[in-house]
Amino acid sequence: MRVVLAEDLFLLRDGLVRMLEAFDFEIAAAVESGPELTKALAELQPDVAVVDVRLPPSHTDEGLQCALAARRAKPGLPVLVLSQHVEQLYARELLADGTGGVGYLLKDRVFDAGQFIDAVRRVAAGGTAMDPQVIQQLLSRRSADQPLGALTPREREVLELMAQGRSNAAIAGQLVVTERAIAKHTSNIFGKLDLPVSDDDNRRVLAVLAYLDQGR
Amino acid sequence: MGTSRVGRAVIAGARGLYLSVVSLAGGIIFFVNAVLAIAFIPLGIGVLTTPVVLTGLRKHANLRRVQAGEWSDVHIPIPYRPFPPNMRRGLMGQVDRCHLMLKDPATWRDLQWLLVDMTAGFIVAILAPSLLLYMLYGWVLALGVWEPIYNAGGGEWYAFIHVTSQTTANYAAALGTGLFVVGLFLNPVLIRTHFRMARGLIAPTTSMRERELALRVDHLTETRHDAVDTSAAELRRIERDLHDGAQARLVAMGMDLGTIEALVESNPAKAKELLAKARQNSGEALTELRDLVRGIHPPVLAERGLGDAVKALALRLPVTTEVDVELRGRAEAPVESAAYFAVSETLTNAIKHAGAERIWVDLHHTDGMLRIAVTDNGKGGAAVGTGSGLSGIERRLGTFDGVLAVSSPVGGPTMVTMEIPCELS
Repeated sequence: MRVVLAEDLFLLRDGLVRMLEAFDFEIAAAVESGPELTKALAELQPDVAVVDVRLPPSHTDEGLQCALAARRAKPGLPVLVLSQHVEQLYARELLADGTGGVGYLLKDRVFDAGQFIDAVRRVAAGGTAMDPQVIQQLLSRRSADQPLGALTPREREVLELMAQGRSNAAIAGQLVVTERAIAKHTSNIFGKLDLPVSDDDNRRVLAVLAYLDQGR
Repeated sequence: MGTSRVGRAVIAGARGLYLSVVSLAGGIIFFVNAVLAIAFIPLGIGVLTTPVVLTGLRKHANLRRVQAGEWSDVHIPIPYRPFPPNMRRGLMGQVDRCHLMLKDPATWRDLQWLLVDMTAGFIVAILAPSLLLYMLYGWVLALGVWEPIYNAGGGEWYAFIHVTSQTTANYAAALGTGLFVVGLFLNPVLIRTHFRMARGLIAPTTSMRERELALRVDHLTETRHDAVDTSAAELRRIERDLHDGAQARLVAMGMDLGTIEALVESNPAKAKELLAKARQNSGEALTELRDLVRGIHPPVLAERGLGDAVKALALRLPVTTEVDVELRGRAEAPVESAAYFAVSETLTNAIKHAGAERIWVDLHHTDGMLRIAVTDNGKGGAAVGTGSGLSGIERRLGTFDGVLAVSSPVGGPTMVTMEIPCELS
């Protein structure tokens, strides 16, 4: 799988390259600025891009802007955005086009190599990988409201993992229960939240997020 | 050109007529009333009437200041000292007001101006319409009216001409026409002269302006003190947070790593356990640093500016918050930062103390002024002062000459408005 990587700090870029290579990714390009990223995305047609939000020359949200522009040019281009901090505002912008294949994670998530690589693969496959922090903010924000309050604690756990973009199998693995149990929980959640049932992982996440978003 | 000169002269004539009436009537009325009101102060009644009369006089003078600018481009600044913001109400307030107004040198200059305005000001103003209108009388005489007046034994004088025959009546008409022509050129000048005379008396004097500057310096000194105090406190907080938080965690991590180094061969299981702990410590150190950064300069503020930073802030609140932003560009970083933290504190107040369920934030920039309104449907009763968080916000904004206004009747809703003069780029 070919990756374009954009990160301005040498140490982190180097570490990411080594980690991705260790998991059999091919580094098509490892760049350190916005313009270089835009050029690499247009010319190299990677399978997935891993991008730092803040990049030179502006040192603002150049990486995010480049990623959004590249996705406008090529809808569905898988992009995993890394950031020193996560903001719902940015998560919404990434999810807004509804085509999936996006991720938005805190940089510290790379500490857990297994989970990080899993997120990269999920995004490359057209799924989503949202940072638990974003999801927790969303959930706590709406926790006082019905019908989210009608969920059992277990169902909330499942919803949290689902909103991060995980499949039933992955959720089952994490919570150490059978996939059947998760399927039952998810159908309960969809029922209580009045969400359309869908087999597609990506659509499922978008539906959850759309629900959490409503009424703002 | 010709018609516009006539037009301007006629307009100036009409204004002169108006000014002469206003300066004479207004001068007499206000002067008499003001003198009476002040004279009655020892009896007590004057204390109540003086502020009323003087306020009327100030309006009268202010109208003239406005007209001076609009009609003759004569700029007359307003010299009155402002009342302190927390005036007492009712009777005692009126006494304070009386005292303050009498202490203001601008009051006494206003009274002097009334005397000049009703004499010299009146004469200059009445000249303008007279120059134009006197011509009519000259022509009326010349067209035959001189004869019955003369026959009735009247020794009619037109200016310096003794009208006793058609010839002298014609002279009168010619003189009237001459005056009309003079008026065409002179009228705008006369009106301007009238306003310049007013400016001499009702504009602030140098000492008044110096006093104003001194007040301004006091204000700046005070706000600078506040700013220095606030930033010193902020630095202490950051130092303490770093020392107790991230720094301590990094030290613990270093110690764990040292132990791991020693254990890695003899006790790999224990080493692995310590490695997990070290990783956890590094994660927590990052979280603490992240929170610290958010407290100093929030990342979204740095990346996107005030509008999106407030939107991002609203998304993290446990209360439904609508944010309406209308900003074309970004303010300077210190202003953005002050505005952001002011909004942030206001929102915290609304949630913590007002028990609000809905909050509306409105940000826009007009006429060189950043205006922010935060409205909530909480229980109200918030007040500036009394050591509330709101006075902290006021101090924060004061550094940038910004102001804070709070409307918060008991029972709500609360509306906090902030204004900061600044330019967007």
